[in-house]
Amino acid sequence: MMPMTMEVLEGSRAVSETVALCKPDVISAYPITPQTHIVEDLAKLVADGKLKSKFLEVESEFSAMSSMVGAVAAGSRVFTATSSQGLALMHEVLFATSGLRLPVVMVVANRALSAPINIWNDHSDTMAERDSGWIQLYTEDVQETVDTLIQAYRIAESVLLPVMVCMDGFILTHVIEPVDIPDQKDVDEFLPKYNPDHAVLDTERPMTLGPFAYPEPYFDLKKEMEEAIQNSKEVISEVNEDFAKKFKRKYGDGLIEEYKNDKDTVIVAMGSVCGTIKEVVDKRKDIGLVKIKCFRPFPKEEVINTLKGKKTIIILEKAVAHGLASGPLFTEIRNFLYPFEKSKFISVIAGLGGVDVRINQINDVVDKSKQMKDGEVVWMKT
Amino acid sequence: MTPGTRTCAGCGAVLAARMLLKATGKDVIVCEATGCMEVTSTQYPTTAWKVPWIHVLFENAASVATGVKAALEAQGNNHTQVIAYGGDGGMVDIGFGAVSGALERNDDILIITYDNEAYANTGIQRSGATPFGASASTTPAGLVSQGKKQWKKNIPMIAVAHGSEYVATASIGYPQDLQKKIKKAMQIKGARYIHIHAPCPIGWAFDSSLTIQVAKLAVQTGMWVLYEIEDGVFKRTMTPELKPVNEYIKLQGRFKHLKPETIKIIQDRINASWKEMDNLEKCGVNLRTIL
Repeated sequence: MMPMTMEVLEGSRAVSETVALCKPDVISAYPITPQTHIVEDLAKLVADGKLKSKFLEVESEFSAMSSMVGAVAAGSRVFTATSSQGLALMHEVLFATSGLRLPVVMVVANRALSAPINIWNDHSDTMAERDSGWIQLYTEDVQETVDTLIQAYRIAESVLLPVMVCMDGFILTHVIEPVDIPDQKDVDEFLPKYNPDHAVLDTERPMTLGPFAYPEPYFDLKKEMEEAIQNSKEVISEVNEDFAKKFKRKYGDGLIEEYKNDKDTVIVAMGSVCGTIKEVVDKRKDIGLVKIKCFRPFPKEEVINTLKGKKTIIILEKAVAHGLASGPLFTEIRNFLYPFEKSKFISVIAGLGGVDVRINQINDVVDKSKQMKDGEVVWMKT
Repeated sequence: MTPGTRTCAGCGAVLAARMLLKATGKDVIVCEATGCMEVTSTQYPTTAWKVPWIHVLFENAASVATGVKAALEAQGNNHTQVIAYGGDGGMVDIGFGAVSGALERNDDILIITYDNEAYANTGIQRSGATPFGASASTTPAGLVSQGKKQWKKNIPMIAVAHGSEYVATASIGYPQDLQKKIKKAMQIKGARYIHIHAPCPIGWAFDSSLTIQVAKLAVQTGMWVLYEIEDGVFKRTMTPELKPVNEYIKLQGRFKHLKPETIKIIQDRINASWKEMDNLEKCGVNLRTIL
């Protein structure tokens, strides 16, 4: 490994430079509101001849993902990025991508969904796609996004499932941070060329992809896909280990990351807000943090092992499962811990539509949690 | 394509697919929209396609084809033809955005619509390509309705308006004309568009033995005109002495409610259109240079 050289880069720029290191054959993009600089930076790299990818300027996010499906089915590595409304427009294609078992890698700059229209960060966009059959990896800072993106290709192309790398819109896409962009040679060694065998449009070996299936095979294929998603957990952890060996950076076990989680009270969260929570954890000394990095597949065993027996579990998330009156992460964690010793679960809905999540608010919730009842929902906003 | 697909007896769409593949040969990848052909030719784990074939969704055949072509180019393959293929529902209506995008970008793909003039796969609902006056399950003829109220959406002309170098219409009733056009289109780079008229015995309510006859009559009466627009220059590839449109209409249940005055409206429109086409050919307007 080359000696590490830190650069100060905008999050979007760091992502586009990392995409270039992964050498996708085809990149597709559409600038739905809200847009990030990721694909613009990539277009510039292509325009300057620094990146050899084909760059498709499609007419919608729907076609952005559709063309990715076509390109990956023809045997190419691909990349696209989107946000909120764009992801929602891709909804139908997302299910087809995973159902066809095609390893598309996409960065989602997490942003709020309309209405009302809003361009700021929360997780309502990717949470709405949580059952689409995509692997979802959430990142805390720009460096983790860079590293996760490289890993995402290894994971996707090993388990033959698409991967979303979810980075907080604005907070990470527009922040300027010191970041280590890995060396091309190291990335080449870590990331072998995509050589599909299972599904490829090849005139020498004609295959029919995406056929019509009657109930029996449909049922079986969906079950097999779920098994593949479950099995991907092991691969995600292995790739995290391999990455750590080569690049000297590691993110928990690749699925969850524990931070000073040796107290009775713990906060569970995803994304950039974990950085803020770590500040609180450092100062208070009476709480710990469990960061969920991999939300799909859900790290059931890991969550159980780290959370069972806790007195109070505060699940802080930037999404609401409308109709449940709580957050989706809260519901899932509570479900998996149900058979174990009774903990108190608090659902904190924070940061919707880009509302700041502040240290004093987190402190306040932790203080008040002692008096709260199990299952209580806090809409955290001053 | 293998025989034995699960299409209805007398299906025009499957003939279009067979004629297409005969013209293209094996160095081709077909990206198909959801529809009659996809459902009837690929019942898992069987397939009727001997060439690489992919179906993703209803409305994205053209953008899937764009992606396939980009991948082939990135891999250094500049010979394999990539075809976006779909019915009028998938190409004229819900997937038209993707078709328009590919045409505008001039992606190097061949876009083909097989037009059976309704959403035949889902129960003969009207589409943008359903002709005026036809009864469809969402525009049924009734005591106060004469079927579809609008004229057929003219996609080939819209394709030309995108600046496409090659646009053509074809019919399964004239296989040689159809295959000649496919072969010609394959010699041209960029986005090309061919619109194939493919009668549907179930949807149009005629006897399944009459498919070819109905297809031919559409052309012979001027209800469907065979033409090419090569580099912007319009030219009919068949200019028969037009028969009365009623000869075409009377064979089909979807038109059986039409009153003579409504048939006259259709006849007048055909006559006017045919005359305009004469003018278009005579004056030699280049449709591609109109900005």
